[in-house]
Amino acid sequence: MNFEAFHKIEERAFYALAAALGLVVLIGLGAAHYMETHGHVVTGMNNQIVWGLPHVFAVFLIVAASGVLNVASIGSVFGKPIYKARAPLSGLLAIALLAGGLTVLMLDLGRPDRLIVAMTHFNFKSIFALNVILYTGFFAIVATYLWTMMERKMYGFSKYVGFSAFIWRIALTTATGSIFGFLVARQAYSSALLAPMFIIMSFSYGLAVFIIVQSFMYAWNGMKLDLAILRRMKNLLATFVGAVMYFTIVYHLTNLYFAKQWDFERFILLEGGVFTTLFWVGQMLIGTLIPLALLLHPTLGTRCKTVVWAAGMIIVGGFAQLYVIIIGGQAFPLNLFPGMQQSSSFFDGVIHHYQPTLPEFLLGMGGIGIAFLLTTIAVRVLRFIPQDDFHHVSKEMLTD
Amino acid sequence: MSNNVDNSQNDNEQVNSRRQFLGWGAAVAGLAIAPGVTLLDIAHGRPADEPASSKIRWGMLIDSGKCATGCDDCVSACGKENGFSGKLETDSQWIRKIELKDLRTGNSHSLPMLCQHCEHPPCVDVCPTGASFKRADGIVLVDRHICIGCRYCMMACPYKARSFVHQELEDQNPDVPRGKGCVESCTLCVQRVDRGEQPACSDACAAAGHNAILFGDLNDPNSEIAKRIAASATTQVRADLDLNVGIRYQGI
Ligand code: SF4
Ligand code: SF4
Repeated sequence: MNFEAFHKIEERAFYALAAALGLVVLIGLGAAHYMETHGHVVTGMNNQIVWGLPHVFAVFLIVAASGVLNVASIGSVFGKPIYKARAPLSGLLAIALLAGGLTVLMLDLGRPDRLIVAMTHFNFKSIFALNVILYTGFFAIVATYLWTMMERKMYGFSKYVGFSAFIWRIALTTATGSIFGFLVARQAYSSALLAPMFIIMSFSYGLAVFIIVQSFMYAWNGMKLDLAILRRMKNLLATFVGAVMYFTIVYHLTNLYFAKQWDFERFILLEGGVFTTLFWVGQMLIGTLIPLALLLHPTLGTRCKTVVWAAGMIIVGGFAQLYVIIIGGQAFPLNLFPGMQQSSSFFDGVIHHYQPTLPEFLLGMGGIGIAFLLTTIAVRVLRFIPQDDFHHVSKEMLTD
Repeated sequence: MSNNVDNSQNDNEQVNSRRQFLGWGAAVAGLAIAPGVTLLDIAHGRPADEPASSKIRWGMLIDSGKCATGCDDCVSACGKENGFSGKLETDSQWIRKIELKDLRTGNSHSLPMLCQHCEHPPCVDVCPTGASFKRADGIVLVDRHICIGCRYCMMACPYKARSFVHQELEDQNPDVPRGKGCVESCTLCVQRVDRGEQPACSDACAAAGHNAILFGDLNDPNSEIAKRIAASATTQVRADLDLNVGIRYQGI
């Protein structure tokens, strides 16, 4: 194949992909508009489950955005060359995922038209307000970071900006976890474990997203990822997945230690219907045990396809985990009068039901669409492909 | 690591477009962060003409011994005063009747549950915009012009006291503006209290002859509510959370 011909195919593929993603984004925006005009009555959310599927998508994207920057941090802050070569892509993905996540969060507000209010009125006691500042700062710092990495004159600053980005993103994920950790009244949440758990979840989801995007980019360009690089990244991924599992176990064991939390634990682990299934099958089996087995397998684990599959499963497991945390945490009723049976027209004392509706799902998908549309365009316009083995591979490709 | 790409003629173009892109990126990021930086000073604070006084702390004493199972006069009075119908499952409920059964003794209680007007309200702490606020006289309210409908306050309230308006509203009471996409909760009928009247629920309960809801100033030692709280054992719901709530219960 000669280079001219390759370029044409690639161009066609680019436009097709961009158009498909654009459509997903448009459908997402349409869904948001529908929810906005009819009100949240068209969603599955109610006065008991106040944060629904859009929040699962948004929190996933925001958490993954922070974690995906890990690749750059390992490169710039800890000076590992193979990660350094991937730092620009990691920065780009961080911005794109955060943009997708925040869009979903914003469009699900009861009054998305009041965005300017959210930007101009701050209650500094609120973790949420702190998050608004951390998110905008994240955009600014990572954009600067990208600039220092891509502009030769700025190379010298890259390490320092990279270090600030590293600190900033740890703060950001801590604050995201604390959104839940500060809710003292709900049994699922009031735990200091949530912040570190969210940090390690972000590492795992972020790296999984990175690996998938990277391998698609390589495949799209007819390139093959170096085995040594693949091996290192999948080992790191396995470590993160293991760490998430560790935190999950500690979280539940801590709860089991306190008798007042037993009912809640029984609900999540044994009797919670969809939540129990999502926990055991979604989070533990699909999201943790199978990927771990795949990644650590001596032969399978070294195949690019296996690693991509494992990363995909980790993402699915991540969604399951966030669904259990966010929605399962609300489904379990608040206990206003311990030791008493409670009932009311406002569903006191009963497990709350939530049935997500299509618009909510489409809005969430729209957020994913935004993240990948931004990535696709930026990768096309700028040089975001990891450069270490590009030279060697592209020569091979041209002589095909 | 090599930066050589196969066709170097594209290199300059790429560098240029990259610069442009990053320039825009920086500009957008600047725009995004600017309001946060410049407008911090204007943030939050109650309107200066607020009539509330911090000498007063409005509160209620609810005697569950006098509250009749099955009676929901307080609930319907609240709906009438504040203009909600309660037809849909997602409709707002500012006040609800809770039926309780003690699992050990088998005793049962009936009582109204509403916003507890906490002295340290978690809803106010978490509200990102300051839309949830506490008046000097202890009444916790939502400023509907600032509420963005994020529902974080609903996540934070230990009493499930808040409702989100899920759809367009009709037949509103002009004294009580409500609107789709905002969160709301019991206002202690602030419009009536500011006129020197009682909240609709306690009026209705008295009219029905139950007198289970006593409204008054907790800070005034001569008020009936303060005297009764001083004289008899009362409870705060979820007292373990130390929110020092304005609604006290008797008989549970
Ligand atoms: S009861 Fe709930 S809504 Fe009312 S002040 Fe306390 S936290 Fe806020
Ligand atoms: S829903 Fe409104 S009142 Fe509640 S926390 Fe959000 S902005 Fe504040």
